Amino acid sequence: MTLGDLLSGPPAVVAAGVDVFSASLRAQGADVHDVDWRPPGFGDPADLAALVLDPRRATANRTAVERVLAAGSVLTDVRPAREVLGLADRTILHAGPPIAWADASGPLRGGLIGATLFEGWASTVEEAERLLAAGEIALDPCHHHSAVGPMAGVTSPSMWMWCLEDPVQGGRAYCNLNEGLGKVLRMGAFNDEVLTRLAWMRDVLGPVLAEAVRSMAEPLDAKAVLAQMLQMGDEGHNRNRAGSLMALRELSPAVVGLAESSGRATSDLAAVLRFIGGNEHFFLNLGMPTAKLAMDAARGVPGSTMVTVMSRNGTEFGIQTAGTGDRWFTGPAQTPVGLFLGDYGPDDANPDIGDSAIMETYGVGGFSMAAAPAIVRFVGGTVPDALATTERMYQLTLAENPAMAIPILGFRGSPTGIDVVSVARTGWLPQINTGMAGRVAGTGQVGAGLVQPPQECFEQALAALAEEARA
Amino acid sequence: MRPVSSRHVSLRSGVYADSVRLMQVSRDVGARDGVTAVLVAMATPLNLELATGMGLAPDEPASPEQLLVAIAAADDAALAAAVAAVEAALAERQRSTASAQTVPARTVGAGLDALSEDGPALAIVSVPGPYAVAEAADAIAAGQSVLVFSDGVPVEHEVALKRAAHDAGVLVMGPDCGTAIVSGLALGFANVVRRGPVGLVAASGTGAQQVSCLLDMAGVGVSHVLGVGGRDLSEAVGGLATLDALAALDADPATERVLLVSKPPAPSVAARVAEVAGTLSVPVRSAALSAETPDLTAAVEALLGDLGVAVPAWPSRPGADEQARPGAVLKGLYSGGTLADEAMLLAAPVLGDVRSNTPLRPELDLGTDLAASGHVVVDFGDDALTVGRAHPMIDPTLRLEAIDRLAASGEPAVLLLDVVLGYGADPDPAGALVPALAAARARTTLPVVVALIGTEADPQGWSRQADALATAGAHVFASNAQATRHALDLLGAVR
Repeated sequence: MTLGDLLSGPPAVVAAGVDVFSASLRAQGADVHDVDWRPPGFGDPADLAALVLDPRRATANRTAVERVLAAGSVLTDVRPAREVLGLADRTILHAGPPIAWADASGPLRGGLIGATLFEGWASTVEEAERLLAAGEIALDPCHHHSAVGPMAGVTSPSMWMWCLEDPVQGGRAYCNLNEGLGKVLRMGAFNDEVLTRLAWMRDVLGPVLAEAVRSMAEPLDAKAVLAQMLQMGDEGHNRNRAGSLMALRELSPAVVGLAESSGRATSDLAAVLRFIGGNEHFFLNLGMPTAKLAMDAARGVPGSTMVTVMSRNGTEFGIQTAGTGDRWFTGPAQTPVGLFLGDYGPDDANPDIGDSAIMETYGVGGFSMAAAPAIVRFVGGTVPDALATTERMYQLTLAENPAMAIPILGFRGSPTGIDVVSVARTGWLPQINTGMAGRVAGTGQVGAGLVQPPQECFEQALAALAEEARA
Repeated sequence: MRPVSSRHVSLRSGVYADSVRLMQVSRDVGARDGVTAVLVAMATPLNLELATGMGLAPDEPASPEQLLVAIAAADDAALAAAVAAVEAALAERQRSTASAQTVPARTVGAGLDALSEDGPALAIVSVPGPYAVAEAADAIAAGQSVLVFSDGVPVEHEVALKRAAHDAGVLVMGPDCGTAIVSGLALGFANVVRRGPVGLVAASGTGAQQVSCLLDMAGVGVSHVLGVGGRDLSEAVGGLATLDALAALDADPATERVLLVSKPPAPSVAARVAEVAGTLSVPVRSAALSAETPDLTAAVEALLGDLGVAVPAWPSRPGADEQARPGAVLKGLYSGGTLADEAMLLAAPVLGDVRSNTPLRPELDLGTDLAASGHVVVDFGDDALTVGRAHPMIDPTLRLEAIDRLAASGEPAVLLLDVVLGYGADPDPAGALVPALAAARARTTLPVVVALIGTEADPQGWSRQADALATAGAHVFASNAQATRHALDLLGAVR
C-alpha cells in the first residue's frame, strides 16, 4: 500500500467544512481549495449515506454512462405511428408521465382535441372533448413506446414518425415531425390552420420524407449533426437553427431526386423543402430521439443513480432513473420564466410541458448553455450566466460527453448523466431550456424561457434508490 | 381590450435585430409606466398576426425584412417616451461581458475534479458528522486520501469508508482525530515539528501531538504523522486504517522507524496489529496506552534509545512554591482525550478510582455531572461535549467555567490541565487561562499543573505560553506524564 503518491510531497488540499484549517494550511503556504459546502438541498442523511456507500453505485453509474456515451443515432426510416409503434386505433400518445384527461392542462387538451379531429374520430371540438372525457380514447406516454414528442407530444396513429436506430447497441427511438412555430398542435392549437397543416404533413411531407430517407445511400447521422450544432451556436433544445439547416442540406438531394425516381410533383417537393427551411426547430424532432436512444441504453442498471428521463405533461414533471427502471417520480410542473411573444405575459403561460427535457437529460440543451450564449437572453441573462449554468451542471453530472464538445469551454465535453445524489448534495436543480405553451387550449406558443424540475421528483427518486440500495 | 388612447405603429427597413433581442426590448418597454402593449419584432406573418390581435396592425403592406414597432400607451407622453426607449434600446450595442465565471465547488468531488495539476492531493472534511460520509466517499472515488476531522460520524460509516479506501489504495484518516502531518504539511490540529525519520500512526490526536513534540524537543523529526481516528483500534473498526497506514509508511523511503500511538486499544485488535507490524521491514514500536504501558513520554524515550539519541531534560517551568495537600483530590480538566487517558492510567494505581466522562471502566462514568466530587478527569473534547460547539482547543469556555466552579466549590483539589498548541488551536490559550487561574487561586488554595503540548516553532511558541502560565503560578511541563506525576506529588500521594 503506497496511498498513491500521497507521501511523495506536500499535497494539494481540498477542504470542506470549518475554515480554521484552511487558514492554517494557507499560513504554511499550502495549495488549498475550499469547497463551498452546505447541507444537502434535500434528502434524509441516512438515505444519502446508504447511496454513497452502496458498493454497486460506482460501477453501476460507470456502466450507465458508458452506454449513454456509446450510443449512436442514425435515421433509418419515416413511417406512420400506426405501423411503426403498433399504435391502436383511438390511442394517442402524449408527453410526460401518465395523465388522465381530467388532469390535463390546456395545451395538452388542445393537442388531444386536435389529434382526435385530425384522425376523424370526432367532427366537432365538443364531440372530441366528450370522447376524451369519457375515456373512449386511450392516452399513454410517448416514453412508454420508445418515443418522445416536444411540448404536448401528441402523437396519433396517422402521424409520421422519424425512426432512429442506435447502430452500436441496437436501440430504436421515434419522434413525430415538427410542425413549425406559432399555432401548432404541440403548443395546444387545433384550428383549421393546424389541422390543414397536419393533413399536408400526413399526405405529402411524411411520404416524401419516407421515400427520401429510404433512398439515401448514407443514412443521416443525427448524433453527428447534434455534435456539430454545439459548434455552431445551437444548444439543441431551444436553438436548433444550425441543426435544421444541416438536416435540410442532408435531405435535400434525396428529396429532389424523388422527382425522377418516384415521379413526385416538383411543387410538392418544393413545398417540403420550403417547409423544412422555414422551421428553425425542424431538427429538434431528430435531436430528441437521438438523446432518447442514449438514455434508453442506460435503462435498467441496478444501483445506478443516473437520471434516464426528465419529462413533463403540462401538469406534472416526471423523472426516471437507471436504477429504478420504468418507475416515475413526479411533482408539480413549474412555469417557465422567460420572454413572451406579443402581449402575452406570465399569466398566459402553461406549466412546463414536453418530452424535450430528454435533451438536458442527455447533457445538451440547458446543460450546454455555454455553447449557445444567445439562449440566455431568453431570461435577460448574460454570457457569463450561460457559462456559469453549464459549470454548475458539471457538478450534477457523472461524465463529460466527448462527442458533444463545447467550444468556449476549451471543447470540454457536455455535462452528461444527472446523478440524483449530486442534485441532492449541491441543492442545484437541472436547468432546462424550453418553449412555453398558452395555458388556454387552442392558444399555441406564448414564449420561451428557462425552467427547473420540481425538487419533489428528486426527493422521491433519492428515497426509492436508497430503499433499493438497502434491500 | 384595454382602453388605449395613443398608438404608434411603424415599419422600418434596414434595421435588423435577432428575435431574442427584440423580445427583450418589447419586454423592457412594456414594463414602462403608461405603456399598455408593445410589439417590437420583425414583420413576419406570425408577428403581423400577433400585432393584429393586439389591435396594432400596420396600415401599409409589410415584408418580413422590416422591423415592426407597435406600441399602445395611456397617453401621448407615455407613447413618445416608449418610442424613444425603443430607439435607444435598438441603438445600444450589447456590452460583451463574456468571461469565465468560476462556479465554486459544492462537494469534495467537484473540488478534486477542479484541481488542475497532477501530484499528491488529499481532502479534509470537517462538515457535520452525518454528512461527512458523502464528502469522504468523493475523495475515495477520486482515488485520493481523506482526513475526516468531523466528529459524530457513525461507526458504520467509518467502517464502510475505510473498507472502500483500502480497496481503492487510499487512506481514511480520522474521524474524530484531527491530526496529520503529511510531508511536512500540518493538517487539522498539529504542531510545527521538524522533518525526520520517524513515522507516526496515531489512533489518537493529542497523543500524536505529545509524541511528535517530545521527539522534536529531542532533535528528532517525523516523516509523516497519519492520524487514523480515535476508534480505529476498537473491535468495530478493527484497525483498518492503522494496518493501511503501517503498510504505507513501510513503503515510504523517508520513514525509518514507526511509532504507533493509541488510546487503550481493543486487545484483539492490538494483537492483530502487532502481528502485522512484525512482518514489516520498518521497525514498529508501540506507544498504545494501557495499564501496563501508561506513559507516552516513556515510549518516546524508548524510541530515542532505539535511535541512539540521548533523552533530554523535558522542558518545564516551576510554579508557585506550594506544599503538598494530603487529602485533596485530583481534578483533571483536559481538552485532549488521549492525554486524559494517560493521566487516569498514571493516577489510578496511586489514587485508586478516577471518575470521568471518558472512564477507564464503565462503572467510573461520571454521567453528566462534570462537577462531581472526588478524583475526576474530564475530557472536554469528547463528542458529547462538542455537539454544536468548537473543540475545546479552540473554544475554552466550558473548561473556564469548570475552573470557576471548582474554585467556588471549596473542595480541596489539585488542578491538572492540558494546553495544546499548534495549527488549528487557540492562538493564545494562556491569554484566557491565566486570568481564570489567577481568579481561582485568589479565591481558594488551588495548585495548578499544566501539560503544555507544543514546540517553540508553533505559532503560539512553547516558552511564551509556558512563561505566561508560570506567572499565574502554574507548574508547566512539556510532558503530560511528568505533569501528572507532579500533580500526584502535590496531592501528597505515595507513588
